[in-house]
Amino acid sequence: MRPILMKGHERPLTFLKYNREGDLLFSCAKDHTPTVWFADNGERLGTYRGHNGAVWCCDVSRDSMRLITGSADQTAKLWNVETGAQLFSFNFDSPTRAVDLAVGDKLAVITTDPFMELPSSIHVKRIARDPSEQTGESVLTIKGPQGRINRAVWGPLNRTIISAGEDAVIRIWDSETGKLLNESDKETGHQKTITSLSKSVDSSHFLSGSLDKSAKLWDSRSLTLIKTYVTERPVNAVAMSPLLDHVVIGGGQDASHVTTTDRRAGKFEAKFFHKILQEEIGGVKGHFGPINALAFNPDGRSFSSGGEDGYVRLHHFDPDYFTIKM
Amino acid sequence: MAEVISMADVEATAMRLGIDLSEVDFDAIKLPPGEDSGIRSDDDDLLEEDNLEFESGFGNVIVVDNLPVVPPEKFEKLEGVIRKIYSQIGLIKEDGLWMPVNPETQKTLGYCFIEYNTPQEAELAREKTNGYKLDKAHIFAVNLFDDFDRFMKVPDEWAPPETKPYTPGENLQQWLTDEKARDQFVIRAGTDTEVLWNDPRQLKPELVYRRSFWTESFVQWSPLGTYLATVHRQGAAVWGGATTFNRLMRYAHLQVKLIDFSPEEKYLVTYSSHEPSNPRDTHRVVLNIFDVRTGKVMRDFKGSADEFATGGTGGVSGVSWPVFRWGGGKDDKYFARIGKNVISVYETETFTLIDKKSLKVENVMDFSWSPADPILALFVPELGGGNQPARVSLVQIPGKEELRQKNLFSVSDCKMYWQSNGDYLAVKVDRYTKTKKSTYTGFELFRIKERDIPIEVLELENKNDKIIAFAWEPKGHRFAVIHGDSPRPDVSFYSMRSAHNTGRVSKLMTIKGKQANALYWSPTGRFIILAGLKGFNGQLEFYNVDELETMATAEHFMATDIEWDPTGRYVATSVTSVHEMENGFNIWSFNGKLLYRIPRDHFFQFLWRPRPPSFLTAEKEDEIAKNLKKYSKKYETEDQGVSMLLSEQDREKRKMLQEEWERWVLEWKRLHEEEKAYRQMLRDGEASDEEEEYEAKEVEVEEVLDVKEEVVSYEFEQE
Repeated sequence: MRPILMKGHERPLTFLKYNREGDLLFSCAKDHTPTVWFADNGERLGTYRGHNGAVWCCDVSRDSMRLITGSADQTAKLWNVETGAQLFSFNFDSPTRAVDLAVGDKLAVITTDPFMELPSSIHVKRIARDPSEQTGESVLTIKGPQGRINRAVWGPLNRTIISAGEDAVIRIWDSETGKLLNESDKETGHQKTITSLSKSVDSSHFLSGSLDKSAKLWDSRSLTLIKTYVTERPVNAVAMSPLLDHVVIGGGQDASHVTTTDRRAGKFEAKFFHKILQEEIGGVKGHFGPINALAFNPDGRSFSSGGEDGYVRLHHFDPDYFTIKM
Repeated sequence: MAEVISMADVEATAMRLGIDLSEVDFDAIKLPPGEDSGIRSDDDDLLEEDNLEFESGFGNVIVVDNLPVVPPEKFEKLEGVIRKIYSQIGLIKEDGLWMPVNPETQKTLGYCFIEYNTPQEAELAREKTNGYKLDKAHIFAVNLFDDFDRFMKVPDEWAPPETKPYTPGENLQQWLTDEKARDQFVIRAGTDTEVLWNDPRQLKPELVYRRSFWTESFVQWSPLGTYLATVHRQGAAVWGGATTFNRLMRYAHLQVKLIDFSPEEKYLVTYSSHEPSNPRDTHRVVLNIFDVRTGKVMRDFKGSADEFATGGTGGVSGVSWPVFRWGGGKDDKYFARIGKNVISVYETETFTLIDKKSLKVENVMDFSWSPADPILALFVPELGGGNQPARVSLVQIPGKEELRQKNLFSVSDCKMYWQSNGDYLAVKVDRYTKTKKSTYTGFELFRIKERDIPIEVLELENKNDKIIAFAWEPKGHRFAVIHGDSPRPDVSFYSMRSAHNTGRVSKLMTIKGKQANALYWSPTGRFIILAGLKGFNGQLEFYNVDELETMATAEHFMATDIEWDPTGRYVATSVTSVHEMENGFNIWSFNGKLLYRIPRDHFFQFLWRPRPPSFLTAEKEDEIAKNLKKYSKKYETEDQGVSMLLSEQDREKRKMLQEEWERWVLEWKRLHEEEKAYRQMLRDGEASDEEEEYEAKEVEVEEVLDVKEEVVSYEFEQE
């Protein structure tokens, strides 16, 4: 089907997230307003106004009531999805990068960037059921890894937190004690900054994308490297199909080089790989800048990509996509 | 440090020392254990490479002998004189001048030591001041300190040389005996250099040998493919062997920049240029010609860069590589270089000039050898404002007689293109128009093998077309020209034969408007690739000149290099690191089918391993061509077998991957099930874990947006 072009952001996209039902799509961009769209037709529902900096990441609760966003304005904010009202603002001393809600939506992990002598850190916050009781207190703060942490997500049963970032190492932390449990191997792991991380539906495995031009599939519990998908461009975004054994990888030439070369050189395609065979299936062209964000609709029948060019492209798969034989 | 010592220097030293070199049995000189005369053994390699940066020897020290013996009063004066002479050549180190004194008489001993900052300066000082006349009685004898050391250590006793038992070397041609008749190529990417088989059946390359930091600048195959040459700071080396690449020989040449093999790979020319110590001087150039097999220096050339700059008086300056061009067809008999108003032709029996003198040609601009015969083609530009015409002449070597000459008028430039068998020579002549404001191009076609060498003039239909590229069909009689204006020039094919008359050139075809700027004929002729490199982003058109039809068009985006394999079966296109993105290479079949692509970051070089000429006679080749069906049968069955095997392997692999994955999924499912209760608890008892179908219900919600009370007057009711 023809992709739907959603032009609502004025700056490069940073993150895309579907809610559980797959009817809403939340988009974050370097402009200050996260936006919610109808995932079916791309109609814009509304925006969440209040941030004063680039918004890097968001997560939506299971019941689609709450949205949490992390922004470069040194806050993470909780929103009422329906009304767009800001419910709470977690204030930090450095820009926040990644946010992720735990199973049960009672905890959130928020990472902050290294900033003015402050090291990067991972914070765990309790999310109150009633927003009026919400406090900004941290349940746990983890410090340690050098460089920015680009993604932090909850492991199975909220027992662990998986983090990855600039130092190319994936780490698993104990979410109770903050102890480092496991680290990815330097040899087999990524060689350059990890830019994205995407969990499977059941959290049993996850996919990481890195500027070393590869994406890797890991077991969430043991941190065993299962698969590697090699592309020709730095990877900025990854996503896994919940329906088929497909992964989609997006990225492209560094944004600062885009204007100096031919459009074809940039490789701004979203590339589909077979999850098991690690072979390329095909690509979806369209963006004229690197792809920064990718998300699969939970029903696996559509996906959206967000680019440096400021567009969100919503793709509904044609019927023959579901019959691809490898 | 292995200093570059030329044969001439050795001879000079021998003369000085009163030794008749012809009487010295070099093989008889046996060095004491532990002494290696500065020639490294292969094992020292590792130590060497690390130590290189440090100045370990006395390579930068010279000894000046035959100085006047002076009393202490005159010591300072003498020292001043010496210092003056030697500081002109290079920077003498602090306390680098030492003149020993006889402790009894307090007189000097008649010699001194001078230490420079670099061995190059010391070498230069020795070269320049050896034989310097201070006065009649005192003629300097200058030597490198290291040389002293070395010659002193020659043992007095003569020991008979050991006769080493003959051990047969490896078969250096083994790659030619590959059962699958594959070809090899070498690539350089990042720090790795790899030699690979091109395996088109498996659609991938197969590694033969890989080595990191194999070369410091580039690698090069010898023209027949026997050796792979690497270039290092200390010199060049050649590698080869049956299955592994062992070092066969090394050629010491400090800071070597460029290398060139003779066509039969008997000799290797190495070139280096050295920064002058005095910025007003020009660069110093050193060229060595080595015998490839023995590693001996056959001849060396030293001089300033100006001497080796090509071109006549008004020509372009700068050394153009190769300085020495090999010619004379087989056997590497002659090589030549161009100088100011001369062409120096050397022969390799004695490595001296033919007839002891160069070929004098006023203002010669360019020359080139016939690839097959000892014939030189040279070009002399117009002189005296057109009074003396420009000319192209063919000169037979070694007789130096002119075979043919052609005068040309109002010429701005000439370029010579030889056909690979030396049958034809095409001279592209750029002429000025009458107004002298612009130029147009024509061709002079020489038929070398015919009586009296007839010349034919060819002009393009549109005389003003610019010529973008020209290429002869290898071993054939056709040539291709790209002419016209970018971005869509035309490509024309010509034949030196026309249908009825073998003595006339005829046009076969012009294809209009092609995005091409380079021509690549298959080494066996017949097929050609019209390529649009650089500005055209790598457009490729595979063209069959026999049928005059396009076989395929394709694109290797950003391609910078194209090379046919030596058999003409496959083509490699590559994107080298001049571009940041897309580095790697593609392998195509001759008819333009993409076989496989290998992306590699920092991709520098791709070179097919050349093959020596076939031993089959022309008749045998014809016979094979005629009965191709019979011969190809065997290969076809093999091909089929391989493709069967491949699909079998592929199936196996897929099955394995699938099974492995299923094991993971099973495990995950089990764990997921186990954790179900806990997860439910985390979700406050919400059971839905598996995304059970939920029903969409339409719910009407009435929302009270606003409540407002308004007083409405009921006047009419009151009435």
